Amino acid sequence: MPKKIVIVGGGSGGMMVANRLARQLPDEIKRNEVEITLLSNTEKHIYQPGYLFIAFNEQQPEHFIRKQERIAHRLVNLVYDDVQIIDPGTNRVHGDKSTYSYDYLVIATGSHPDMNSIPGLSEGADNFYTLEGAEKLRDKLADFQEGKILITIDVPHKCPAAPLEITLMLDDYFRKKGVRDQVEIKYTYPIGRIHSLQPVADWGLPEFEKRNIDYETFFNLEEVDSKKKVAITMDGEEHSYDILISIPAHTGAKAVIDSGLGDEDGFIPTDRYNLKMEGSDDVYVVGDATNLPISKAGSTAHYQAETLVHNLISRVKGRPETARYSGKVACFLENSLEDASMITFDYQHPPKPATTSDMLHWFKSVYNELYWLNARGIL
Amino acid sequence: MRQVDFTKQVDARGTYCPGPLMELVKSIKRGQMGDVIELISDDKGSRVDIPEWVNKMGHEIANERLEGEDYYIAVRKMK
Repeated sequence: MPKKIVIVGGGSGGMMVANRLARQLPDEIKRNEVEITLLSNTEKHIYQPGYLFIAFNEQQPEHFIRKQERIAHRLVNLVYDDVQIIDPGTNRVHGDKSTYSYDYLVIATGSHPDMNSIPGLSEGADNFYTLEGAEKLRDKLADFQEGKILITIDVPHKCPAAPLEITLMLDDYFRKKGVRDQVEIKYTYPIGRIHSLQPVADWGLPEFEKRNIDYETFFNLEEVDSKKKVAITMDGEEHSYDILISIPAHTGAKAVIDSGLGDEDGFIPTDRYNLKMEGSDDVYVVGDATNLPISKAGSTAHYQAETLVHNLISRVKGRPETARYSGKVACFLENSLEDASMITFDYQHPPKPATTSDMLHWFKSVYNELYWLNARGIL
Repeated sequence: MRQVDFTKQVDARGTYCPGPLMELVKSIKRGQMGDVIELISDDKGSRVDIPEWVNKMGHEIANERLEGEDYYIAVRKMK
């Protein structure tokens, strides 16, 4: 009987783990000593950072979408099924179509923006955290000639840099359209600075001041009145808008919540170094699905996948699991449609934004293409 | 070095993004009125920005203490 490794979730983390395992265990898979099954509830693989560029019509949506079977390695058993229940007690995963037993399980079920997390949000707000939302926002921005754009942010949410990036890109977008003087851009943030990372706040604030971007801190959204076009905050104040771009609170996957594996937000308690689900030796968690207090981002999933795959291969080969996730994260910071900065950090080293340059924007554009090598487990 | 009973403890040591205060905001938002969330942070900025947020939002600091470089703050959700 082969050792069965089942991966739930075909997004960045799940696909990278599956493909890296397949590339590093080809002989074992061919000898039927190991079987790698990737369960995906969608036939599309979407590069989610692309949403930011779709919103500004910088790229077509199709540019960021591939078919899963074009990405998955030929030695990965790719199955389209919608997992409903994960049962570590019996080492089984129950999908709509079938039940899958495993020796080792990797949960890569991601995080999901909840547009119903605040009353009135789904009716009154736009977003760029879904494909549909980014396309709708693109069309609204293209028609927008004057008025007020309000940006609100809730926690937890993936890609912590994106709200700041879209704000700076909006400024450039409307300058290029020649209507920036008629468009008021107001950015808000729940705590006392414009980003949770002090160095990133220090990087963005001078840009806000130089480019006449309004901002308000300690802004905690509680309700949206889409008829009056006002956002209402915890202190009862009403804030008007013509377009409300909202980054809603995210939750873990329904299957995680329904299986009772998540915390109050549906994220799985996970060891920060070995990435095992707390209380389990056979279940690993990767990417946004963990409850780790670090950025929910593709780069996090990538670096975690490197650790997790190394340990899984060691385990399959009867060797000790020695790799530890360092907490490494890397994020680009788009400053406009033309230039960018970037940060890297881990559990031990705080971030320090790189000098903003055209080059880093080009690097980001190149990475948007290189991603497909990452997803294939090559890079 | 008094300690208090807490509803939930969040260990945010060694985390930079979204960072200790955002972890607290998330936990307070999800909690019930009267819950006490204890947060541990090794970020020196937390000693200033967390009490500032707690006071601004009308919650209550139930306890705070330093153990070496680790800052413990227990916050009671008031509304």
